[in-house]
Parts: sequence; structure tokens; C-alpha cells
Amino acid sequence: MSAAALRTQRSVTSEPAIVRWLLIAIVLAFLAVFLLLPFIAVFVQAFASGAKAYFAALHDADALAAIKLTLITAFFAVLLNTVFGIAAAWAIAKFEFRGKNFLITLIDLPFSVSPVIAGLVFILLFGSRGWFGGWLSEHDVKIVFALPGLVLATVFVTFPFVARELIPLMQAQGSDEEYAALTLGASGWQMFWRVTLPNIRWGLLYGILLCNARAMGEFGAVSVVSGHIRGVSNTMPLHVEVLYNDYKFAAAFAVASLLALLAFVTLGLKTLLEWRHGDELAALRGHR
Amino acid sequence: MHERAANRPNKWNPLRAWLAIVALPLVACAGGSSSARAASLLNVSYDVARGLYEELNPAFVEEWKRKTGETVDIDQSHGGSTKQAHAVIEGLPADVVTMNSPLDIDAIADAGLLPNDWATHFPAAASPSWSVIVFVVRKGNPKALRDWSELVKPGVQVILPNPKTSGNGRYSYLAAWQFARMQPGADAAAPLAFEKKLLANVPILDIGGRDATTTFAQRGIGDALLTFESEAKVVVATFGADKFEIAYPSLSVRANNPVAVVAKNADRKGSAQLAQAYLQFHYGKVAQEIFARRGMRVVDAGVAAAHAAEFPLIRTFVVDAAFGGWAKAQAEHFATGGTFDKVTAEVKR
Repeated sequence: MSAAALRTQRSVTSEPAIVRWLLIAIVLAFLAVFLLLPFIAVFVQAFASGAKAYFAALHDADALAAIKLTLITAFFAVLLNTVFGIAAAWAIAKFEFRGKNFLITLIDLPFSVSPVIAGLVFILLFGSRGWFGGWLSEHDVKIVFALPGLVLATVFVTFPFVARELIPLMQAQGSDEEYAALTLGASGWQMFWRVTLPNIRWGLLYGILLCNARAMGEFGAVSVVSGHIRGVSNTMPLHVEVLYNDYKFAAAFAVASLLALLAFVTLGLKTLLEWRHGDELAALRGHR
Repeated sequence: MHERAANRPNKWNPLRAWLAIVALPLVACAGGSSSARAASLLNVSYDVARGLYEELNPAFVEEWKRKTGETVDIDQSHGGSTKQAHAVIEGLPADVVTMNSPLDIDAIADAGLLPNDWATHFPAAASPSWSVIVFVVRKGNPKALRDWSELVKPGVQVILPNPKTSGNGRYSYLAAWQFARMQPGADAAAPLAFEKKLLANVPILDIGGRDATTTFAQRGIGDALLTFESEAKVVVATFGADKFEIAYPSLSVRANNPVAVVAKNADRKGSAQLAQAYLQFHYGKVAQEIFARRGMRVVDAGVAAAHAAEFPLIRTFVVDAAFGGWAKAQAEHFATGGTFDKVTAEVKR
């Protein structure tokens, strides 16, 4: 190997210290300005009128209703997406069929579609003048501007999270253990509960965490399908907007701080998961 | 299941973990929900009317209870006026709509949800309250902005929301147009030239009225904010009379806040009578007093007289008379290719 090649190699693997420090400083400064500072600002604003006002804002009947609605919506959205995610990952990882890649692309679609469009789509389908609107109103079934609409919009926006987490995991695992279970006489359900689910559980939990965080924070899609009825169909992000537009800045940021806390909790659980089961997660991700 | 639990001590399964994260808080706060609801109304309203209805609704509920012994719930939905109208058209089950522009109720009527002659169903063009476009200026009015002609001078910055997306902006634009048209010696081209000079002084065209207020009052941009008198009073009260004051131009536009029963929804729900009574209540002394205290001009002569000091006399015109109706004004000025598009195309900075 020539001397020149050696020099290049060295300069690639070991940057001068100054470059390394500069890079680290840039990254840290970037994180501070774009993540930490806004985060702190939310809490400073939330407590701008004192702790009493903060808790009063959270104890307000409309705020409680918004928190409850957010939890209900996220519950159903996460439930549906968990079932869907497992089914989709199962189909993609364990079976061979035509159009599989197309299916994977479809699952990723919500990542590339603006949430506003996601909301409008449901208005076009289920609104009074939508495709199914006439039938729905004849039978007095309410979808948009009611809870089902909120859940649908949230499901649409969050459905890649669980599936995306499980597909590579299950692909890496292959079907050997399932075959073994079947040959030992397990039924389909037994195989699922005792072999598949234990194998994917940490990946699944990880996906559910992310899915839940996104579901609770979703604004664009639910804004379109919510009727904005205070105390009835306003979720937390929508309630924040309402308060903000009402010049109730401290109250708006108080509710926003709850959402920020949710991000913290998600991050904490995620870190915990990676710390305690990181080897397992990594092992499942293609080292088998 | 038991075998597995024994084989893997201390490991929680995802389902249970998920229940802990998602479902427990849900159960914890689901208490006391879904009790049988009394007769209810849904009032779909515009963005900045929240405070108003927080005060007006309990007054109505109390009066209805006294009169009939019946307890009613009134739900409120607020948002941009046009967005709200679209929601009603798409199926938001409003019993009544209370808007800040007749255009939006016309749109609901066009969709067949209420009769086209809705404006004749209640007094004063079905508008229990109204407002005018005024100028909010910085304390002491340092640039001496007292009339439309002063807004178009070089070096003045004017904040108004986009006329295409906000009622507020539409009214301001039409008021400026009418002012220019009424000037002595004005020819047919004068209003357009006047709007060009005005729009050239607008640094930011916000989407809605509240955004424009935030731009002006919180971010401190501009010398004058064009907005409804009621909103102007909120700005002065919220951000301080030591910072802002209101200037009344020589001519302004009467901006009605119309109301209507959404007949199709109310008939189906059987709430038509209640809806009618609720809107009628808007014209009573109690509600009119609430309107006036919140900075809106009222139609009840007695209440108006009692609050005369807070509402300076101002010469106004109505869009129907001056512009041949909202539909015509909309088509000529704000539709694609209308005068507003022409003005903005030439003002492009």
C-alpha cells in the first residue's frame, strides 16, 4: 500500500480533534436551539401566571374533556393499529405473494401524505356530500365530526408505526420457530401466543409507544374531522389552539406542557426499553 | 400462559405494558361520563365569539329553565367562519349558526340546509349585533392615522388579514374601496389606485383576524391594525390601554353578525322550537347588554342608548346597498381574477 493511500486512510478514520469538537458543538447547539429551548419555553410560558393558574387550566372542564377524548382516541387508534400492524407484518414476513413490495409502499403512504389531506379524505368519503354521506345520514350514523372520525383520521396518520417496527423484525426471525411449534402439535393460536408474540414483544412495544405518542399529538388530520365542539370533540392539541386563539396563553401552554411531558415519558420508556432489552432488540434485528 | 410466565419471570408482556400506558389513564378519567343528556343545541359559531357565548349561553339556559322548567345544554363549536360553514355543509349537526358574515350562512343555504330567505326570519337582517371596521394604533397615534387617506401615505405600515380568507379583511378592503369612491373628484379608476397604495403598505397578509392581531399587538409589526371595533376593544383591554388606542375613520362599513336556525338539522332533531327561542333570546335586553359590554353594537335602541358613550357615532355604509350584495362583491373583488388579485399582482414586492 502506498504512503498516500495510508495517509488518506488515516485522515478518514481519525479527524483532527478540532474538527471532532466542532462537529459535536454544532450538533449540540442545533439540538439546544431546536429542541431544548422550545421545550423549556413551553414550561416557562405554562407557569407564567403561577402554579395555581397552571393547575386551574388543567382542571378546567373543557381541558379535562379534551384530555379524556385524546386518551379515548389514542386508545382505539393504537388498538386498531396494533392489530393491523401485527397482521401486516405477519403477512409480509411469513408469506410470499405478488405485490408484496407494493403493500409495503402502501403502508408507508401516511408518512408522505400531509395530515390535512388525511382528514379531508374522510370528509370526502363520509361527509354529508361525500360518497357514503347519504347512506350514513339516512341511517343516522355519525362518522366525521364525531369520535369515529377522530379515530379514523388518527389511525390513518399513525398506521405505519407498529407495522414498520415489526416487518424487519419478523422478516429477520423467519418462520423456523413457528414451524417447530406446529410440528410439535401447537394450534395456530398457541403458536401465536407462545412463540410469535414473545419473540416480537419488545419491538411491538416500541412501535406502540411511538404510535401512541403520535396519536395523542396529532393536530392536522383531527382538526379537519373534528367539529371543534368544546368539551365534546376537541382533543388536546385542538384545545391548545382554542386557548391560544382566546389569548389564554398560560392555559394554552399548560395543556401543551402535558403533551410535552408525554414526549418525555415516551422518550424515557424508549430509552429504558433500549437499555434493558437493547441486546434482544438488536438480536432480533438481523443478527440471527 | 402459566408455563410461560413461570419460564420467564419478571418479564411483562407487551399487551399488559400497553394497557398500563394507554388504558389505565383512560379508565382513571372515564368516571362520570356519558350520563343521559338533556335537550341540547349545537351552536356553530365563528372564531372570536367564544367569550361572548361563555356568557350568553348560561343566561339563556337560566331563562329557559325559569320559563319551561327544562334544562338545556348548549354546545359551542368555534373556528374560522368559512371553515365552520363548510363543516356544517359536510354534516356537522348544527342547530343554529351564529356567524360574522352573511356569506357563510348563504353558503349553508345554498347547500339546502336552511331557507334562502333566512335573513328575513329575525329582525335587523337576522343580525342581533354588528360592528364596524376601525383602526387600532399605537398609543398617542404617533403617525396621526385618523382616516383611510392617511393609511396610504408612504412609510405607513398597515396590518390587515387576507381578504380572500377572512371576513375582517374583506370588510376592510371594501371600506377602503367605498372611501376612495366617495372622495370628491374620484373617477372610476380611483378606488383601484387607492387599494394599490393601501396594499403596498401592508407588510404581512395574515390568514385570519386573530393572526393579524397577534402580528400587530404581540410581534409589534405595523402602525395600524384594521379590524372590527369589537376585536379592537379586546386588543386594548388585553394588551393595555397604555399601549394601544382606537381611531375612528370618517367612513366605515357595517359588519353584521347574522344568525340562523339550520332548519334541516333542527327539524330532524326536533329542536326547532328551542333553536328559535335561543336566537330570539339574542334580541332580548339581557343578551343585548352582553353584546354591548363585549364591544359589539346592538340593535335594541334602549341598550344602544345606555352604551352610547362607548360607541362613537360613525358614518357607515352597508355592503348590500353599496356593492349590490355580497355575492356580487365577492365575484368582483375577491374571486380569482377579481380586483384584489389585480392589486396584489401589481404590488408584488
